[in-house]
Amino acid sequence: MKLPLSWLAEFVELPTKLNLEEIENAFVRVGFEIESIEEQGADLTGPLVVAEVKEIEVLEGHKKPIRYVGLDCGESNLRYVICGASNFEVGDLVVAALPGAILPGDFKISARETYGKTSDGMICSARELGISDEHSGIIVLSKGVAKVGVDAVELLEIKDLIIDAAVNPDRGYALSIRGLAREFAASLGLKYKDPVSDIKADAYASNKNGTQVKIADPSALSVVFIRTIENFDGAASVPIWMSRRLEKCGMRSISLAVDITNYVMLELGQPLHAFDAEKISGELEIRRANSGVKFKTLDGQERLLAESDLVVADRNGPLALAGVMGGLSSEVTQSTKSIALEGARFDPLTIAKASRRHKLSSEASRRLERGVDPSLAELATARAISLMIEFGGASYVGTAMAGEASFAPIVDFDPNFVSKYLGTKVELNEVAEKLLLIGCDIDKKDDSNWLIDPPSWRSDLLTAPDFVEEVARNIGFDRIPARLPIGKSGARLSDLQYRKRGFANYLAGIGFSEVYNYPFINPKYLAELGFTGDRAKAFRVANPMSEEFPDLRTHLLPGLLQTVVRNMGRGQKQVAIFEIGSVFRDNVPLKSQPILGTEKRPSPEELKSIYDGVPVQPTQIAGVVAGSFGNQGWNGSADVFSWNEAIALSKELIEMTGNEVEFVASDFAPWHPGRCAELRVDGKAVAHAGELHPRVISMLDLPERSSAFTVILSALPVQGAKRSKPLFTMPAATQDLALVVDIDVPSASVEKALRSGAGELLESIVLFDRYDKLGDGKVSLAYTLTFRAPDRTLTAEEVSGYRLAALEEAKREFGATLRS
Amino acid sequence: MSISAADLKQAVANALAAISAASDLDLIKSVKIEHLGDKSPLSKASQNLGKLEPAERAEFGKIVGTAKSEVASAFDLRVAELESERDARVLIEERVDVTLPSSKIHKGGLHPLTILTNEISDLFLGLGYRVAEGPELESEWLNFDALNIPADHPARTMQDTFFVEPLDARLVLRTHTSPVQIRTMLENEPPIYIICPGRTYRADELDATHTPVFSQVEGLVIDRGITMADLKGTLDYFAKAMFGPDVKTRLRPSFFPFTEPSAEVDFFFNGRWVEWGGCGMVNPKVLEVCGIDTKEFSGFAFGMGLERTLMVRHGITDMHDIVEGDIRFTQSFGLGNR
Repeated sequence: MKLPLSWLAEFVELPTKLNLEEIENAFVRVGFEIESIEEQGADLTGPLVVAEVKEIEVLEGHKKPIRYVGLDCGESNLRYVICGASNFEVGDLVVAALPGAILPGDFKISARETYGKTSDGMICSARELGISDEHSGIIVLSKGVAKVGVDAVELLEIKDLIIDAAVNPDRGYALSIRGLAREFAASLGLKYKDPVSDIKADAYASNKNGTQVKIADPSALSVVFIRTIENFDGAASVPIWMSRRLEKCGMRSISLAVDITNYVMLELGQPLHAFDAEKISGELEIRRANSGVKFKTLDGQERLLAESDLVVADRNGPLALAGVMGGLSSEVTQSTKSIALEGARFDPLTIAKASRRHKLSSEASRRLERGVDPSLAELATARAISLMIEFGGASYVGTAMAGEASFAPIVDFDPNFVSKYLGTKVELNEVAEKLLLIGCDIDKKDDSNWLIDPPSWRSDLLTAPDFVEEVARNIGFDRIPARLPIGKSGARLSDLQYRKRGFANYLAGIGFSEVYNYPFINPKYLAELGFTGDRAKAFRVANPMSEEFPDLRTHLLPGLLQTVVRNMGRGQKQVAIFEIGSVFRDNVPLKSQPILGTEKRPSPEELKSIYDGVPVQPTQIAGVVAGSFGNQGWNGSADVFSWNEAIALSKELIEMTGNEVEFVASDFAPWHPGRCAELRVDGKAVAHAGELHPRVISMLDLPERSSAFTVILSALPVQGAKRSKPLFTMPAATQDLALVVDIDVPSASVEKALRSGAGELLESIVLFDRYDKLGDGKVSLAYTLTFRAPDRTLTAEEVSGYRLAALEEAKREFGATLRS
Repeated sequence: MSISAADLKQAVANALAAISAASDLDLIKSVKIEHLGDKSPLSKASQNLGKLEPAERAEFGKIVGTAKSEVASAFDLRVAELESERDARVLIEERVDVTLPSSKIHKGGLHPLTILTNEISDLFLGLGYRVAEGPELESEWLNFDALNIPADHPARTMQDTFFVEPLDARLVLRTHTSPVQIRTMLENEPPIYIICPGRTYRADELDATHTPVFSQVEGLVIDRGITMADLKGTLDYFAKAMFGPDVKTRLRPSFFPFTEPSAEVDFFFNGRWVEWGGCGMVNPKVLEVCGIDTKEFSGFAFGMGLERTLMVRHGITDMHDIVEGDIRFTQSFGLGNR
């Protein structure tokens, strides 16, 4: 809400000196953030005068129309200036900057030669004066508003401070000069005069004359006033002070009738709507719309109404989308003579719904959906018609009202609660003082029981903490001391949190870079990567940031691969990245959820329904290595990271959690169907790893043989504390064993057989060679077996016996033979 | 042929001269053979001892022994000398450029959001808080209604929410981590001390200071006798841990439906006030929805954006760097150790 200091000064006794910082702090202290303070006119110096256009000579032969204009500036001779605008004619009053003047942007005005003429000054647009963004033409003043030669800086009230204060949704009353002035005065302890104190509503008492009104749906509004005037001059000019104040608040001047409704809305916070009374048939009714009816609002848009919309209608149909925007058919125009002025206290939620449904946020709806002072419907309409009578020559016809203003209830309040809640002593008289300051009435029953009647504009003050906040912000939050509470003993990270940390630290430690990707993906891309079935069942965002990425990720790899591509596009030759994050799969039917109230704790059944309605979102850890692991250096080639390392790394991660891994070959996307392992714990798939599918690699233009892994971190069982085995220190004995087996026997199975055959003194087994060029579908696997006994040095005979036993087991299970 | 004492003396002198003249380890080997070998005068003298009369043998034996040990120790000394000369020469020849880089040590790193989350978690663990987490795709009721943000309330439009289809399943991408607070209050009896870090979503376009997917950490304390002073003290402690011991904080009155009174918390950093997050005393309506007795318990809550905290603390000027996954960015933070 923009607030000119000059307008504020009408209701607050300002000290003679007040700097920008003091103004800002005064608002911030009581809860209004200041977006900006504009010093309008600070960089403008006169002479700037009102001038009358006496002569216009159009200069031909230029790219745009150029006028050579003779101006009466109240001097003895006409002054001639060049002007590029053409929105004026002889006899118009304009604003002229004379030589010596400096306009905003350090634009010095002097007599100068241009277009073959001497231009002895400049006719100004509003933008050139820095008073609005209007630059479609120069300023043309209404005839008779001022004499020629009058100082225009004064006349246009150019020098002013315009304070832009952010108003939180609970403080609808502060979307007005009235509300902000009260807050400002309270913050600085200045004298404040309520603008409504001068309004004489009794002068326009209710009677049976003029447009009548009735309320069809009392849930939608508490009270409405319709005041009718006639003999209004629709073409009457708007007083400069009024149009200037509107401009300073960011609104455009349109016509006297509309400007008055806007002016009063800005001043008091009550939105008003002026109907052309002659375009109303019969009486007005405020009712719900018939669904399917079309209705054209003032902005020219045709809107399809729904039953939830509230309209102001006559017997022919809707005339206004109540509280949001008026209709085109009953708009006031230059020829309007009679006006029916509506002011009502609408139900905030009704207005909010309509505003949202029609995607139409107006100055009116913004105020009404935050709740307007119910006493203002009567007062603001009275204020507005008095202005219409004063400046539009209108005469009063009559007033109709329906409903009744209803106010926030009186609240029982224990004032000692303030100190208790803030953690600092606030004396009761100070509590009372601050509550009186914001407009409350207090009936003190005793020192722990006050009956508080909140002011009419504060329907939000309902509970004890509401009043604590009012006291707190008015005594200043800096009065509250600092105390550090200490929580419960036994706080620790959960097992899953420890696991996430461990994994991240490990991967980062060995050379992976962690990234966080947006979880939004393109379904076509997901399909191109080969995701199908449950793994492609993505949730769709109803209102995505971009139509290109409407779905939630079902897997981390699609996003990681795009990040690899981005890094490579920025010149990286190899990339090793990982991410830990949630994935979302729409693979369990979701139940429609009822709208649940918030009056009390939900029942166990209701809670279960809410909890069950939220899909399980597993946590994955996934990584991609594109190209080698690290770059080639001066001392040799780069480290290889292939399907082999991807699988081994996943195994390592899982084994770190104390779980045992089994492998099977897998053909999951986006991996190479012959180079992907599924890793299982307790028979359940918990990870996939291997080389990426060549099609994916070529599609994304990744380095050949790029590899990836994914572990479902949240699916790994949490094991108890690890058991440690004793370490034997007697000498070890090693035996080498080279076997030949069928090439499709998994090496892990061979190893398992060797382990079981070699006996319990086997300490380790290492595959040191693999040769697959034997032909005949055979492969040679060469192992080093290391044996150690706890209590003695093993003899050569003993260990060669174990070696033979290992061989026998491999022979028995897989027909392995000794390589000759 | 017997060897006289004078001969022996001469032999020792010859040996010592040869030893000291030997200029490398090869030469000294032949010196050893010549002067200490089986055929050397000294060895021969030893061999001859057996032929002497016992009286003479004892005396001459002593002389021979002394001569041999004199030569042997001169020899050992010289060998040691030559070896150390050789070592010095070889090690110098093996000298390398120690400033050469290696490509075998791989550079990795944690994303600074992880580092910060860990740091904050540890800070609050130390104060006796648990780290609570919850789903990102969340029930609308837990994200809004339970937090006193009813449908059509203007506060709901304050946060441009991503809704997920089908709409009647009433799921949203959580707009804050506050639903984790609600879940915790629904599932646990007070006292409650938690922080809730996590990813959150609001439909803001990505630009230098905004991102539709961001991270928050929220704190919640519900206990007997909790006041706004407790909130202020906790925020001070938190701010000092984040921005240094001299950082100042201030509370500004504000509005959130789930707190009353509500405040914005700012901190003073590099000569200006920086908006950090929102906070306040938990609105009794929220406690009541969670079944907490407001006569016995009160509480405070706060929440701040981790990206903003990072940007201010580390001088990151563009949000794109945080969200784009450029490995140069991650690597510059390492494991976050100081």
